[in-house]
Amino acid sequence: MRRALTVGVLLLAIAFPLAMQAIDQTYYVTMASRILVYALAATSLNLILGYGGMISFGHAAFVGAGAYTASIMIAEGMPSAWIGWPLAMAVPALLALAIGAISLRTRGVYFIMITLAFAQMIYYLTVSMKAYGGDEGLTLTQRATLGFGLDLKDDATFYYVVLAILVAALFLVSRLVNARFGRVVQAIRENESRMEAIGYPTLRYKLIAFVLAGALGGLAGALLANQNSYVNPGILHWTESGKLMIMVILGGVGHLYGGVFGAIGLLGLEEVLANHKFAWLAALYPDYQQHSLLGVGVAMLAVVLYAPQGIAGLFRRGKDG
Amino acid sequence: MAEALLRVDGLEKHFGGIVATDGVTLEVAPGEIHALIGPNGAGKTTLIAQLSGSLAPDAGRILFGGADITAMPQHGRVRAGLARSYQITSIFRRFSVRDNLSLAVQARSGSSLAFWRPVAAETALAEEAGRIAAQVGLGDRLDAAAGSLAHAEQRCLEVGLALATNARLLLLDEPMAGMGPDESQRMIGLIERLRATVSVLLVEHDMDAVFRLADRISVLVNGAIVATGTPAEIRADADVRRAYLGDEVPT
Ligand SMILES: Nc1ncnc2c1ncn2[C@@H]1O[C@H](COP(=O)(O)OP(=O)(O)OP(=O)(O)O)[C@@H](O)[C@H]1O
Ligand SMILES: [Mg+2]
Repeated sequence: MRRALTVGVLLLAIAFPLAMQAIDQTYYVTMASRILVYALAATSLNLILGYGGMISFGHAAFVGAGAYTASIMIAEGMPSAWIGWPLAMAVPALLALAIGAISLRTRGVYFIMITLAFAQMIYYLTVSMKAYGGDEGLTLTQRATLGFGLDLKDDATFYYVVLAILVAALFLVSRLVNARFGRVVQAIRENESRMEAIGYPTLRYKLIAFVLAGALGGLAGALLANQNSYVNPGILHWTESGKLMIMVILGGVGHLYGGVFGAIGLLGLEEVLANHKFAWLAALYPDYQQHSLLGVGVAMLAVVLYAPQGIAGLFRRGKDG
Repeated sequence: MAEALLRVDGLEKHFGGIVATDGVTLEVAPGEIHALIGPNGAGKTTLIAQLSGSLAPDAGRILFGGADITAMPQHGRVRAGLARSYQITSIFRRFSVRDNLSLAVQARSGSSLAFWRPVAAETALAEEAGRIAAQVGLGDRLDAAAGSLAHAEQRCLEVGLALATNARLLLLDEPMAGMGPDESQRMIGLIERLRATVSVLLVEHDMDAVFRLADRISVLVNGAIVATGTPAEIRADADVRRAYLGDEVPT
């Protein structure tokens, strides 16, 4: 049943660009690609925030490091995705290793603050990279090349590449969280001191999860830079980290599809609030389109109050009872 | 006398002005059940924390199986065969009883850096978990979430988690805390049966249990050991009676 649903949704996702082409609404293909990229970024954060209980407020640093690495490779004349994207995972992974080794020794609000501080440091580092545009950002002269006759400039092709990567990542995460490693990480979230007391070096496992999340976030960054053909330090700003956290909480903390639901929910909500005028909303609050973040805030409040397990939790509840 | 399994030498721990551990010297022999008794706030839990490695002592040495483990991290000590249980129940409440115990078994059997194979397919882990559950009287509660167990059952799981590490020496911090008389009797039976395979440092307020189980007893008062001896010796010790035991001593 569950598998049938997954396959069905996947088929719909595959058919989506064809349907949009048929009705001449290819704008939505671009937007869907963007949602899938954010779904990947949020899924990578969910690995540590949801499954691992590590409330990292600096995930945009890894996404941004991946975006910059991929962009710089193109700017330096090495556009092959087969080199650029693995590197866009390796650089954030190394960053995560360094940041995690220090910050994972702290707890609670200290961990939140220290991950935020590191991310801001990297943000300012990109601002100061004058050779790559500084705070102006870096415009890509071309997109990464994939070979096999695939052209990432084509919106449908880009969509399918992102979809394939997201599906692979979700499959990987689903294996991982049910394997020994994933169980250890979730048990650490549950009771870290007891994990030490039954013989686990907990810092090591948290650090490995942190590095994996950094690498996956970096890949999302590489895709984002390619989609925009542009990258600037804004992608590393703390508000971006906050956005990813909101996606995870909205979608479902520690649910496999939490990041996906969250990206659809948040970006969809932003899109709807920004581009459609609702008469009843305007009557209630005339300026609402200028304050779409307020709408997001209200949605968040509703989630926390009525669906603490996020959107994924609503589905689960339907299934169980 | 055989070499001590655990040797504690001049251990000290201060919390600000409080001396929680005051030059504690203590030995646990292989195969021994060694009880540690003392009034509330004497420093028993603080001592267990230092022995298990979650709290660093200010001074002194801890030797386990002849090796100095004073600076060894907690998980390393567990690997070496030294595991604790908690006075305040510390289990994985959202995990089933089986998963709680199998997690502890997993820690000592093979690498946990496995990212692909579902752990639920590892029958060896589940079987071992089932065996330990039966040992602590939870054989029919394997699928229950740990957080949903009754208090006494949670206490059994608490001890089961320590047991599942396959330790050579168990540090049990008041395993009978909050248990009714029948449940206590069952726990006493469990610890009695452990005697054959592991050594135990047993912190316990239940004097009936202590005097039935212990080969030797140490008395801790204000962070310092004031007496060590056989149950008969402790019972006869006038200082101990005055300092702690009062009328509780069974005759
Ligand atoms: N983390 C800490 N910070 C400050 N003081 C502490 C800390 N832990 C314990 N203490 C103090 O150290 C002393 C010993 O406490 P401990 O919990 O070890 O006693 P105990 O013998 O286990 O008592 P009980 O029988 O009530 O469990 C107490 O005075 C306690 O208040
Ligand atoms: Mg205590």
